[in-house]
Amino acid sequence: MADKLNLEIITPERRVFSEAVEEVVVPGLDGELGILPQHTPLISQLKTGLLTYRQGSDRQSIHVSGGFVEVLPDRVSVLSDVAERPEEIDVERARRARERAEKRLSGQGLAGDGDDIDFRRAELKLQRAMIRIQLAGRE
Amino acid sequence: MPSIQDLRRRVRAVKNMRQITKAMKMVAAARLRRAQERVTAARPYTAKMMQILGDAAHRTVDYRDPLLTGHERDQAAGRIILALVTADKGLCGAFNTNLIKTTQDYLRTHTGVEVDLVLIGRKGVDVFRRRPVNIRREHIGVTGTGKVALSDVTALTRQLIDDYLSDERPVDAVFILYNEFKSALSQQPVVEQLLPIRRLALGDSNDDAGGSKEAAGESLTDYLYEQPATQIFTELLPKLVENQVYHALLESVASELGARMTAMESASKNANDVIERLTLNMNRVRQARITREIIEVVSGAEAL
Repeated sequence: MADKLNLEIITPERRVFSEAVEEVVVPGLDGELGILPQHTPLISQLKTGLLTYRQGSDRQSIHVSGGFVEVLPDRVSVLSDVAERPEEIDVERARRARERAEKRLSGQGLAGDGDDIDFRRAELKLQRAMIRIQLAGRE
Repeated sequence: MPSIQDLRRRVRAVKNMRQITKAMKMVAAARLRRAQERVTAARPYTAKMMQILGDAAHRTVDYRDPLLTGHERDQAAGRIILALVTADKGLCGAFNTNLIKTTQDYLRTHTGVEVDLVLIGRKGVDVFRRRPVNIRREHIGVTGTGKVALSDVTALTRQLIDDYLSDERPVDAVFILYNEFKSALSQQPVVEQLLPIRRLALGDSNDDAGGSKEAAGESLTDYLYEQPATQIFTELLPKLVENQVYHALLESVASELGARMTAMESASKNANDVIERLTLNMNRVRQARITREIIEVVSGAEAL
């Protein structure tokens, strides 16, 4: 009986991660999903957030943004637009992105809701930047 | 007859050129290897996405989306978009010329419909700005450094999809024309349909180099869907187009580098030939001068 999951994280550019793990928590669109081996097959959309996995007593997080997860009893495949390990994150850049996004959001608030898409985009950017900072700060 | 000085100068000039072409060849070769790696690295994503899409497609009977099933207009718009992927730089043999020729053939053979061009790459822009064609947009610098940034691809694809969905200047379909990478020596211009999406025939994954285990059995897995399959579908379709554009750009970059490598290789070889000829010529001229001087000396001595 398999007591491990093969976790695969794939972005359009490359395979970021592929290792055996014992537990995975992914940021599903409708809430976090904890996945243990022998999980029933499942497909879910992901939102921007932290994916956490456990190998023995070692817990690690990876920042993912959007995409999908496919769960099979012995395998978890994550398809995401972005996947970064904490050490890859450029905190300075994320800080700047956060400031930019905040500025845009407050500027837009005054201008009214004329440009809805831009507003949403800035919101998403802010969210991404904050998760990045949070993740990198953990180390 | 050119003097020895002139010839020597020319040999030096050609040698300098050879140095440059050799360096360019080397750079192209190194970049080509990385570009090919990038094409390979992008495959698992495509394979997985096709698999999930294939499964979701099973569950979404009667799904209608203009991206997939085409517009349901009373009347066809009679207009299409052709996205042309050329290089930003020259010095890569017939790479750009072939693309432009193919585009012109395409325009010639598609007289029944209006063709709007979206030009990706400076070389295409340079040519078609001076031609009587409809240019919708120009993108320069997407493939410039031998890399393709995903954010560029996302933006570019979003614009193409917006074009396709918009009623302002309606289009029936979107195609992309790029050089497919056959080998470092040969590239093949190909036209692919981007929209409506064609490659989603069920169980048909033409890009499944990523996984060997992903056989037919797995597509029957009874997945639990956290979100309705249709929602997954709606989310995935633009990504599929994006993926296709990304793939096309990667192929184009690899082709460009291959073409440049070959072109620079033959340029270096030509430079060698020219140097050889010039050196021979130079030696001949020098020998002729020496002979003449000897004759002058000898005949001078005889005259005494």
